[in-house]
Amino acid sequence: MNRHGEDLLLASRPLANGLRQTSLTVPGISCGGCIAKIERTLAALPAVGHARVNLSTKRVTVHWRPADGPPPLHEALAALGYEAHLHEDGEERPDATLAALIRALAVAGFAAMNIMGLSVSIWSGAAAETRDLFHWISAAIALPALAYCGRIFFASAWRSLRRGQTNMDVPISIGVLLAFGMSLYDTLHHQPHAYFDASISLLFFLLIGRTLDHMMRERARTAVKGLGRLAAFGAMVVGEDGAAVYTPTGEIVPGMTILLAAGERVPVDATVLAGVSDLDCALMTGESAPVAAAAGAVLRAGTLNLTGPLTIRADAAADESFLAEMVRLMEAAESGRSGYRRIADRASRLYAPVVHSAALLSFLGWMAATGDVHRAITIAVAVLIITCPCALGLAVPMVQVVAAQRLYGRGIMMKDGSALERLSEIDTVLFDKTGTLTLGKPILRAQAIDPDHLAIAAALGARSRHPYSRALAAMHGPGTAPAFEAIGEQPGLGMEGVADGAVWRLGRDEWALGHALPDAEAGTVLARDGRFVAAFRFDDDVRPGAREALAALRAAGLALEVVSGDRAASVGRLAAGLGIPAMQAAMLPGEKTAHIQALAARGHKALMVGDGLNDAPALAAAHVSMTPASAADVGRQAADFVFLRPGLDAIPFAYSVAVAARRLVRQNFALAVVYNLVALPIAIAGFVTPLVAALAMSGSSILVVANALRLRGRARGNEPAPADAAPAAPRLAMIAG
Amino acid sequence: MLWLLIPISLGLGIVGLATFFWSLRAGQYEDLDGAAERILFDDDEGPTQL
Repeated sequence: MNRHGEDLLLASRPLANGLRQTSLTVPGISCGGCIAKIERTLAALPAVGHARVNLSTKRVTVHWRPADGPPPLHEALAALGYEAHLHEDGEERPDATLAALIRALAVAGFAAMNIMGLSVSIWSGAAAETRDLFHWISAAIALPALAYCGRIFFASAWRSLRRGQTNMDVPISIGVLLAFGMSLYDTLHHQPHAYFDASISLLFFLLIGRTLDHMMRERARTAVKGLGRLAAFGAMVVGEDGAAVYTPTGEIVPGMTILLAAGERVPVDATVLAGVSDLDCALMTGESAPVAAAAGAVLRAGTLNLTGPLTIRADAAADESFLAEMVRLMEAAESGRSGYRRIADRASRLYAPVVHSAALLSFLGWMAATGDVHRAITIAVAVLIITCPCALGLAVPMVQVVAAQRLYGRGIMMKDGSALERLSEIDTVLFDKTGTLTLGKPILRAQAIDPDHLAIAAALGARSRHPYSRALAAMHGPGTAPAFEAIGEQPGLGMEGVADGAVWRLGRDEWALGHALPDAEAGTVLARDGRFVAAFRFDDDVRPGAREALAALRAAGLALEVVSGDRAASVGRLAAGLGIPAMQAAMLPGEKTAHIQALAARGHKALMVGDGLNDAPALAAAHVSMTPASAADVGRQAADFVFLRPGLDAIPFAYSVAVAARRLVRQNFALAVVYNLVALPIAIAGFVTPLVAALAMSGSSILVVANALRLRGRARGNEPAPADAAPAAPRLAMIAG
Repeated sequence: MLWLLIPISLGLGIVGLATFFWSLRAGQYEDLDGAAERILFDDDEGPTQL
């Protein structure tokens, strides 16, 4: 099973009917034609039951039969021209709270509209009996609606009161219940004013805010699981009798001898006893260029053995190995992150005490002034209703939903609303090198190569896992290669093939030619019978738009820095080329995290941009983090933002949206406060009739929503030409899961 | 007349509400963009149950 297949199996979820379900994110899906093409092609694959494309979230969900093996989904999509990334499917249970909120919202909307219809006729001057009738009908509609929709608020208020505290739901619940009770009493006594419409409209607007807020809340997600996937389940341990026994990783103790085959991950930190191979140490250094290993080399748990079998001796138990340390760093970082208090939460702390005091004082004041209990209660209820946190409840989530939609239109997925707030607070940006500033895949440097030589190299390289071989095998040129009778891999050295009596070698220069080439650059050599044929050099290309993106970030006043696990020479070269003054090289994951913590201690808030291989703990520890979609599973899980398009321009764009969003949130708060300051005296003076209350609530909510929508119109002229069709209304499904 | 009209309007409203709940449960809001495109497909395959 190739790497993709192994990942597919692990990232998939078993279904009740025996099939397995896998979700892939395919950023390139853009239209109806894509849906038809993808579904038809994937459904035609042998193991696939069926496939369904979700255009709104740009995901493909595939049901496949485990007996027929994981289907070649990545390859099939690549053949169509779509890049696919595995989507972590495990945690996506249907969101029960969201469903309950939407149902409550629907009922509240229905009730509010019908009661409002009746109220309008009353305000237009219905006579006494008709008015009473309409009041009774309104009460009949309001009672079940309040019971069903208000549960959420009542339950939350009750929980808070039981702890001896008040939260935002306490004044809401009191206001709604008192309003209903008082209106019922008034209806019984044929009074002209009833506040049924105000109380249900209050719930309606609040539920809108609550639903949007829930959509933008961070769902419990942990990237630690993604790291765990890099751990081998077990290994072949050689006992004293010489027989190899498969032992779970947890039971490996220092001193055990382990046989590590090609393609397996190192289970625990170990030293090589025998064998020669190449290892993918991306987990430690972020570099995909393999590192050669021979007897005496020290290996870290989690790195991938690429080419040859090794016999290794365990140096540490599993939970003292490198991977376990990474997991611990991640867990520490993730628990530290949850302490961030969002603006809305901080604002709501003030709300309840202020409103309660205002209502109580106006009640006492009117009692003292007139001695009329009914009038005093009416005014207290009016105060509670008019200071309703509709605007407050909508202020933040509305802006965040519009911002998320805007980001999504540019291929940036946001995990939750607090990420947007945190992004607006940064003053430093830290970049990983490989896979972030660069594309992370070796690309054949454009040079004059005989197409036949390229075809020979591609034929030889097709059998190897080595990144250079894979890059060569991906070149489909016009040249022709002879049919090879035998192709074999010499671990740590290269590929050897026999064709037409000639021995071809593709690999290290010393091995293929017998001597080293004068200019020692990273690359491979193609040799025939020991004679030089062609040399291939590889580059790791800088991401498109990197220079412009960095210039934009610098113009915004942010400090830039490169933190990489790669050697100082290559990091320095890249940093100088891109104009980034500060850089740190050869950093292990723990050192990256420590660097971020040091910055935080000096009061800097950093945005970490990485691909998650050797900076997963750093992504979790930074104030806010972004990762490209090509990043490792772990990176996509740990980061707050995932940008789907290959260009780096996503970063300055996201930052500008975050800053604009913060400005609009502040404006919305200001609007809500001003509204309350104006409405409060009117309520205390006793001028609030149901009509006034309804107008005030609707007016303030609409004002806040309209202000939030301004985020869309901002800088519309700067959108690049084929922008994905951004939908007209915020949708539930598009928030990154 | 009013005795008839008000219950009818409420009843229609409730029918609308029930229909909304049904469509919510049936997952019709999962992929609004995709649904807009699928009506233009020519093939005769019925909806796949996912």
